Amino acid sequence: MKRITLGLLGVVAAVLLAGTVGAADLRVGLKLEPSSIDPHYHNLGPNNSAARHIFDRLVHTNEKQQLGPGLAVSWKPLSDTVWEFKLRQGVKFHDGSPFTADDVLFTFERAPNVEASPSSFALYTKGKTLKKIDDFTIHITTERPYPLMPNDVSTLNIISKKHGEGAKTADYNSGKAAIGTGPYKFVEWVPGDRLVLEKNPDYWGEKAAFDHVVIKPINSDPTRVAALLAGDVDMIDQVPTADIGHLKTNPEVVLSQGVSNRVIYLHLDHDRDDSPFVTGTGGKNPLKDVRVRKAISKAINRPAIVEKVMEGIAIPAGQLLPEGFFGVSPNLKVEAYDPEGAKKLLAEAGWGGGFGLTLHGPNDRYINDDKIAQAIGQMLTRVGIEAKIETMPRSVYFSRASRGGPNKTPEFSFILVGWGAGTGEASSPLKSLLHTYDKARGFGASNRGRYSNPEVDKIIEDALATVDDAKREKLLQKATEIAINDLGIIPLHYQVNTWATRPGLAYTPRTDEATLLMNVVKK
Amino acid sequence: MSVFIVRRLLQSLAVIVAMSLLVFFGVNVIGNPVDILINPEFDQEELERAIKALGLDLPIWQQYLVFVENAVKGDLGKSFVFGMPAIQLIVQRIPATLELALAAMLIAIVFGIPLGMWAGLKPDSMVGKTIMGGSILGFSLPTFWVGIMMIMVFAVMLGVLPATGRGETVEFLGMQVSFLTADGLSHLLMPALNLALLKLALVIRLARAGTREAALQDYVKFARAKGLSPRRIVMVHILKNILIPVVTVLGLELGNVIAYSVVTETVFAWPGMGKLIIDSMQLLDRPIIVAYLLMVVFLFITINLLVDILYSVLDPRVRLQDVKG
Repeated sequence: MKRITLGLLGVVAAVLLAGTVGAADLRVGLKLEPSSIDPHYHNLGPNNSAARHIFDRLVHTNEKQQLGPGLAVSWKPLSDTVWEFKLRQGVKFHDGSPFTADDVLFTFERAPNVEASPSSFALYTKGKTLKKIDDFTIHITTERPYPLMPNDVSTLNIISKKHGEGAKTADYNSGKAAIGTGPYKFVEWVPGDRLVLEKNPDYWGEKAAFDHVVIKPINSDPTRVAALLAGDVDMIDQVPTADIGHLKTNPEVVLSQGVSNRVIYLHLDHDRDDSPFVTGTGGKNPLKDVRVRKAISKAINRPAIVEKVMEGIAIPAGQLLPEGFFGVSPNLKVEAYDPEGAKKLLAEAGWGGGFGLTLHGPNDRYINDDKIAQAIGQMLTRVGIEAKIETMPRSVYFSRASRGGPNKTPEFSFILVGWGAGTGEASSPLKSLLHTYDKARGFGASNRGRYSNPEVDKIIEDALATVDDAKREKLLQKATEIAINDLGIIPLHYQVNTWATRPGLAYTPRTDEATLLMNVVKK
Repeated sequence: MSVFIVRRLLQSLAVIVAMSLLVFFGVNVIGNPVDILINPEFDQEELERAIKALGLDLPIWQQYLVFVENAVKGDLGKSFVFGMPAIQLIVQRIPATLELALAAMLIAIVFGIPLGMWAGLKPDSMVGKTIMGGSILGFSLPTFWVGIMMIMVFAVMLGVLPATGRGETVEFLGMQVSFLTADGLSHLLMPALNLALLKLALVIRLARAGTREAALQDYVKFARAKGLSPRRIVMVHILKNILIPVVTVLGLELGNVIAYSVVTETVFAWPGMGKLIIDSMQLLDRPIIVAYLLMVVFLFITINLLVDILYSVLDPRVRLQDVKG
C-alpha cells in the first residue's frame, strides 16, 4: 500500500513538473536578486545583470569584458575630448517604436537623476555632454581627454524616451515602462520569488535561445544546489566550493568555471605612525617599511591557500588583474612562498622579534573569505608576526574598514578585501585602490590603506588622460609595476566562479561574474 | 470587558512607541547601508550623494523625528534597497507567510492534540513511548538541518516534491494563495511540515501533560462512575480542560511562526516576510527592519489580546479584568 502511495505521488509530481516546462524554457536559480527592474535605479551587479536582458547598451561587453558594438555600430574619438557614436538603424523597442538618438539623450538625462537611488549612474554620466548630430549620430564631449568613454557608455542601459518620460522606478518594476530593445522582453517580477522573461523574436542581434525564462532567487547555498539536483531549476550560479567535488562526479550536472576580474588582496596601513591594530612595536608602524610588507607577502603560501582553502577553485595572483586584461603587466610574477626570506627581511627591518598584528576581514562577501583570513593568520605567525584574526559580516565590515576610525579614516591596520574591475581594465583598481586618497578629485576612494606614491599618482593620471590605447596600456602597466613592487597592496588570488547546469546546457563563464542568459549555450 | 480592552490598547500604544525608539536607534548603530549598496567603483562625490539620497546625512535624532512624523501619517519609510514603501513590501509578502504559518499550525494541532492525548492516556504503552520519543526529536533537531534533509530525501533522492519556492498561485479573498492549486500544494507541503515540526512536538507535550493530569481528577473519576462512555470522557471532559494551556502557547507560537519563520523560508526559498527580513538585515535595509519589527509588535499585542478573550470563552471562570495589587 505504502509503495503504491509513494508511486502515485511520484507520478503526480512528475506530471506536475513536466506540465510546467517546455523544451525551449529555462529556469535559473541565482544567489542574488535585483532590487529593481529600473535599469538606472541601483548601479549594482544583480540589477545590471537583470537589466541587460531587457535593455541594450550603446557598447556591449563580451564574456571577457571586451567591448563590441551594441546599439552603436561604431565609435571613435574625433579629438581628445569629443567622441562620435554611430547608432544602429532599424532597431525597434519591444512595443515596436523605433530607437533613435533621442532615446540615448533621454537615457543620459535620466540615469544620474533617479529618485532615492542608493548607487547612481552619475558615476558614468558626469562630465559628459551629449549632442545629437542626426537621428543616428551622437557626439559626446568631455572637458578633459577621457579614454574610458566606451567603457562608461557600456554600463548605461538605453531606455525608451516614449515610455521613460515621467516614469518612476515603480513603473519599471510593474513592467509598464520596462520596454527596452534587448533580446528578452519583461513579463513579470515578483520580488523574492521570480523574474519572468520571454524571447524578443524581433531582436536585431543574435536571437534569444529560450522562449520563456524564469529566474528565481535562491539565496541559501545548499538549497540552490538541491534545487538543481532536484530538477527545480536548470542552472544555478555561485556553486559553493565545498560542493564542487561531488557535483563533478554527478552525470546529471555540468560545471562551467572561469576566472573573474576580482582579485582578493590585503591592504596595509601605509599612513599612520601609530597604527591601532599593530601591537608590541612601541608606537611604531612597521607596515610603513617596504621590507616588512615584502616579508608578509613572502610569508603567504598562495598555492596552499588555493589548494586547501579554495579547493583548487582560484588562481594565485601577482597583480591587480589576471592575464588577458588590458593593462596587465607581463613583468610581474606571483610572489613565491619563502618563509626563511620573510624572517630575514623582518630581521633586516629590525623586527626580528616580531610584532602583533590583527587582520580584519569580512565573512560573507567573498568565496571562503573567513577561511582565507585564518590561513593567512597562521602563515604570518609562522614567520614571527603574532597575527590575530577578526572577521565580521560585510554589513559591519565595510563601513568600519572605510570610515570607522576618527575623522572618518579607515579603522583597521591590516585588511582582507576584494576588487572586481568593473571597467575590465587596470585603471579601475589603480584609480580606486592605489592612487592617493583625494576627495576633491575623486581618487583613491577605496584606498583603505591610504597608500600614497606621487610617482604612481602621476602615471595613473596620465593614463586616464591618454586616449591612445597602446600608450595608455604602457602607462597602466608601469603604474601597476611600481605600485605592486612597492607592495601598495598584497595580491592573494583571483577568484574563479562556478556555474552548474543540467546536461545539454553549459555556461560561458563571464569575468564580470554576471549570469546572463545570452551566455547559456545549448549543446 | 470594554474597559479592559481600552486599557490594553493604551498599554499597547506605549509598547509600540518604546519599541520604535529601541529598534530605530538599535539598527542605526550597526554599520552603514551605503557601504553595501553602493557600486564599488564609487568616488567620494557619489558616496556623499548616496548618503544624502538615503537621508543618512542628518543626525540620528533628526532621522527619528522624520520617521515619527511620517509614521503618524501611516508611512513607515522607504526601503533603501527597493526604493518602495516598506509597508508595501512587507504586505506583499504577507499571504505567502500567512499561508505557510497557518498550514504549519494546522498540522501541529490536527496531529499534535490527538497524539498527545493518546500518549497521556496510555503513557506506558509502546505507542505512547514512541510518540514521546518522536517529540524529543522534533524539539532537538535544528530546523535548517531537517529542512535540508527533507529536500535531500523528497526532492533530490525520491524526486516526489519540488525543492524550493512557492508554486502556482490563484487569487482567493484578494490574496495570492497557493494551497488551492496542486502545484502550490506540492510546494507548500515540505516547508509547512518543516515549520510545524517544533510546534507539533510542543503541542504533543502540552496535550500529554494536561491529559495525564486531567485523567486523575475527581470529575473524570465521577464521570466514569456515572457510566459515561470513555469516548465522551476523553473527547469532551478531558479535551476541553486541557485546551487552555494549549491555546495560550499556540497563540504565542502563531505569532512566532508568522514573524520568525526565517529559517524555513530561507532554506526553502519561500518568498515570505521571513526571507525579506533576513535579506534586509544582511543589506542593512533599516526602514524595512524597523517597519517589520513594529508590525510584529503589533501582531503579538493583537494575538495576546485575542488569546485573553478566547480564555473567557473556553473557561467561564476567567473574567477579563486587570490584576490589582
